[in-house]
Amino acid sequence: MTIAPEKHEVAVPTKTWQGQNVPRKEDKRLTQGQGVFVDDVKRHGMGYIHFVRSPYAHAHITSIDVGAAEKLKGVYGTLTGEEVASLTDPFFQLSTPPGAHIKDYALAVGKVRYVGEPVVAVVAETRELARDASELVEVEYEPLEAIVDARVALDDAKPVLHEDSGSNLMWEGVYEWGDLDAAFAEADKVVKISELHFHRFNSTPLECDGAVVEYNRGVGQWTLYTNNQFPGFAQIMMGPAMRCGLDKLRFVTQDIGGGFGNKITSHPQLVACCLLARKLNRPVNWTEWRTDFHLSMSHGNERWFLDTEVAVKNDGTLLGFRTKALDDAGAYLRYEPLGGVIWAQVTPGMYKWRHIRLDFTQVATNKAPCSPNRGYSRMQHLWFTERVIDIVAKELELDPVEVRKKNYVKHEDMPYETPNGCVYDSGDYAKMLDVALDLIGWNDVAKRKAEAGERGKLLGVGIGSTLDSGTNNFGQSRMINPELQFSGNNEVATVKLDIFGEIVVTLGTTPQGQGHETTAAQVVADILGCSVDDVHVRAGHDSYWNSHAGFSGTYASQFAVTGLSAVKGATEMLAEQIKRLGSVILGGVPEEALELAEGTVRIKDNPEAALPFMACGAIINANNAGLPEDLDVTLNCRYVYRPPFEVPDVERKFGNLTLTYAAQIHAAIVEIDPETGYYEIVDYAAVDDCGVRIHPQIVEGQVMGATAQALGAVVHEAFEYDEEGQLLTPNFYDYHVPHALDMPPLETGYIESASPFTPLGTKGMGEGGGAGIHAVCAALQDATGHVVYDSWNPYKRVWELVNKPRDVVEVTAA
Amino acid sequence: MSSHPVTVTINGVEYEREVEARKLLIHFVRDDLDLTGSHIGCDTGNCGACSMIVDGTLVKSCMMLAVQADGATIETVEGLADGDQLSPLQRSFSEHHALQCGYCTPGMLMSATALLRENPSPSEDEIRKALQGNICRCTGYWNIFEAVKAVAK
Repeated sequence: MTIAPEKHEVAVPTKTWQGQNVPRKEDKRLTQGQGVFVDDVKRHGMGYIHFVRSPYAHAHITSIDVGAAEKLKGVYGTLTGEEVASLTDPFFQLSTPPGAHIKDYALAVGKVRYVGEPVVAVVAETRELARDASELVEVEYEPLEAIVDARVALDDAKPVLHEDSGSNLMWEGVYEWGDLDAAFAEADKVVKISELHFHRFNSTPLECDGAVVEYNRGVGQWTLYTNNQFPGFAQIMMGPAMRCGLDKLRFVTQDIGGGFGNKITSHPQLVACCLLARKLNRPVNWTEWRTDFHLSMSHGNERWFLDTEVAVKNDGTLLGFRTKALDDAGAYLRYEPLGGVIWAQVTPGMYKWRHIRLDFTQVATNKAPCSPNRGYSRMQHLWFTERVIDIVAKELELDPVEVRKKNYVKHEDMPYETPNGCVYDSGDYAKMLDVALDLIGWNDVAKRKAEAGERGKLLGVGIGSTLDSGTNNFGQSRMINPELQFSGNNEVATVKLDIFGEIVVTLGTTPQGQGHETTAAQVVADILGCSVDDVHVRAGHDSYWNSHAGFSGTYASQFAVTGLSAVKGATEMLAEQIKRLGSVILGGVPEEALELAEGTVRIKDNPEAALPFMACGAIINANNAGLPEDLDVTLNCRYVYRPPFEVPDVERKFGNLTLTYAAQIHAAIVEIDPETGYYEIVDYAAVDDCGVRIHPQIVEGQVMGATAQALGAVVHEAFEYDEEGQLLTPNFYDYHVPHALDMPPLETGYIESASPFTPLGTKGMGEGGGAGIHAVCAALQDATGHVVYDSWNPYKRVWELVNKPRDVVEVTAA
Repeated sequence: MSSHPVTVTINGVEYEREVEARKLLIHFVRDDLDLTGSHIGCDTGNCGACSMIVDGTLVKSCMMLAVQADGATIETVEGLADGDQLSPLQRSFSEHHALQCGYCTPGMLMSATALLRENPSPSEDEIRKALQGNICRCTGYWNIFEAVKAVAK
C-alpha cells in the first residue's frame, strides 16, 4: 500500500509502462476536432429524424394524422406507434409480474405516459425540415391524471399507467440478513427516521444520444453508427423485438461524448431508426436535442427511504437497520427493475453492521424512464447509509469521525464477507479517512467555525463515503427474476501481429473518455517488450470485429478489470506464440531461453540473435511455406476474460455480486449565509483507492469528474416536475450543471490497495462521485445543526433547513 | 424558405454556398461544409461546444445565423494546429489531462485561445471567467484551468 497526496508527475520511462502517465493516444485527434462522434457520420441520401413528442404526462391517444406532414416537399416519410406495434414485439421485460406485463414499444402505442415520449417519427432531407414537418403531425389526446409522486402511486384512487400490469407496482422484494430482533434487543437506542429522499437527476453527457442507421436489404442487416454505450444489452433488447438475429444488428462507434450510464437505454429510439431505414430505403440520422434528452432519456432513480429504524449502542456501535425503499422508476422499465438489486452490492456500506432488512418497492410514475446513472442504484443506497451514520452521530452527540472509525470494516478484516455474501476485496477505510481529514484541514475547523460565526455565517464540515463496486456478476439479476438466464460477466480483446509487425488491439468496449486505447497499450507494451507507441489500439467498437461478447460495453466500473484482463490474456497468448515461432526460426532454441524485448524475440544470452516482430508477422501471414505442419501459430489471439463468480443463492438473496470494491472518502467544508440559504463549498478533498493504478492521471481525472457531478447534483441539478407532470428543467438554462466558476478548491489523495482477485491488482473505478453528495449533506447538517433529509439542497432548501427545519428523527430507548 | 448566398473564410479557406435564412452557423459549418470539429451540446446557447472565433470575436455559433456570418473570417478548432504540430494550448490540454471524452474540447480550446490572445497572462480567476460559458461534464474543469495556466505567459 502506498499513501501520498496526488501530484502530477511527468512520465519517466521505467521498467514498466503500467503506472506511468503516458500521453493519451486519444488526445491527438480529440484536441484537433478530428474525433468521429455519431453526428459527424454522414451518408449519401441520408434523412433526418425528428420525433413528435407527447405534451402530456398521461393521456390516451385518440387519433394521429401524418397526412399533412408527409405531403410537405422534402419529407421522406413517417413512422407511427401503430406501425411499430405491427412490425415489432414489445421489448423483453426483466421484471417478474406485475412489471413483466408492461408493453413497451419504440413509439407510444395507444397511450402516452410521460411528457416527451416519442409518438411519431418524421424523416426529411434536412434537420430543419424534419422539425417543420413534425409540427404538421396532428395528434389528438384525451388527458388523464398524472402521477408524479411515487408515494401515492399505489393509492387505489390513482389511475394505472400500464393497464396490462393492473397496478403501478412494478417490482417488490424483501431483503433480510442477520437477526433483526436480536439486534434491536441488544441496542441501547433506536434512531427512527421517518423519511429521507434521494432526488432525480442524471449526468447529462454533453453529447446527446444519436445514431446513423443504414439497412442492407440484400443481407437483411442494419448497421448502427451509434453512441449507445452497452451494445450487448441493446442487441439483446432489440433483436427479439425486431424479430431478427443479433448478427443483423451491427453496432459501430468511434468516439462517444460522455455516457455515465445514460447512454445504455437508447434501444427504443434505435428500433425506430432501424424501421425507418428499412421502410424508406435510405440511411437515417437521429440526433437528440438537449431538450429531448432531458425530457426522455435515462433519469437517475429517485428513491425514498421510509420508516427507517437503526439499532445502536450508546457508544455508537451500529448493530443494524430496517428501512423501506420506495423507488420511482418513471414510466417504463428500460433497465429496471435491476436497480432493485444493484444497491445490494454495497448493502452495509463501509460498516460492520450485520443485521439489515430492506423492503424494496418500485413503482411507475408519469415521468421519464429511469436507467443507469453513474453510481447506479448504489449511490442512492450509500447516500442513505451515510445519512444514517451522521444522523445517528448527531442524535447521540457523538463525533461522526469516531462513529465511522468504530464501525468501519477494518483493513485486517479484508477480504470481508458482507451479511449478504458480497466480498470486499481489499482496502483501508480508516487510513483513507485520515488522509481526507488531513487534506481538508480537520484540526482547523473549530477555529474556522468561530471565525465564520463572527461574520454571521454558518460553517460546517462533512464526510461522505462510497464504495464503487465494479465488475458485475449478472447472476444478481436472478434475485429480481429467478427465470433470467444471466450470470457472471465477460469481456473480450484480440491482439495480433500483422504483416509488417504492426501490433493491433481490438477491444469490446465503448469508451467515452476513459482512455482505453492508452491503458490497453500500456498493458500490451509491458508484455511484448515494446513501446506504447508501437501498439495500435483500434478506436471504438464494431460488432463486426471478433472482440465482443454478451456483456461487452463500457459501464459499471469494470474496464481496469474485465477489459484490461482480456487484453492481458490475449497479449500473453500472442507472446507465447511469438516465442514458439522464434524457437523454430532461431534454430530450435527452447522457448524458455527466449525473451521479448525491443520489438523482437531474441535469445536471452545472445541478444544479437533476434527476430524482429516484423519478420514474425511476415513469416506467418505471407511467407509461411516450409513451416512445420504442427506449428499452431496464428499471431492473432482472442481472449475472453471471465471473472470468478458463482450463481447467487436466489432464495437467501446471498452471493458475491461484484468482484472489486474501489473506495472513496470525500470531505467538504461549506459556508452558509443563514439569511438567504446561499452557500459555498469552500474546501473539498477527495481520497480514492482503486487498487493498482495503470495510469494515475486518468484515475485522478475520473475522481475529479465524478466529484464535479456530485457537487452539481447536491447543489443545483434536479429533474423537477410540476403537478401535471411537466418537466421544469428541460435544458441547461433551468438545469444548472457546474460551470468553471462553481468549482471549489480541490485536494486529491489516494492509497493503493491491490485487489487480490484481479489479474492486474486493479479495481474498476470512476463512479465513486456520490461521496460528494453525502459529504455536502453532512456538512450542511453540521453547519445548521438540523438533519438534512434530501440529497438535493439548493439554496431555497438550505434556507428552510436553517429557518424551518423538518422534524424527521426520533430517538427511543430500545 | 428563402436562400441566400453566403461567403465565409474558415481557417484560411473560402467557402461559398446558398444557405437557408434560418440555418444556424454551427449547422452550416458542420452539415454543409463538413467541418465537424465544432460540436453541439445544447439548444440554448449554454454549453459552448460550438464556440468559434468570428472576425476576431469569440462566439457561440449556435447563437448566430449562417447568413449573419456572410463575409466573415472564422477560426475553428481545425485551424489551431500547424499541420501536424499541435499548438501549445492543445499540447497542454493533453499533458494536463484536461480532456476525457473530448466533446467539449474544441469549444473549450477556442475560448481559451480567445482569452490568451486578449490577455496572455490571465490570473486563475480570469481563466475561470473566460471559460464559464463552456460546459464540461467529464473533468470538473480543474485540469482545464491548469492546462491554460501552463501556457499563460
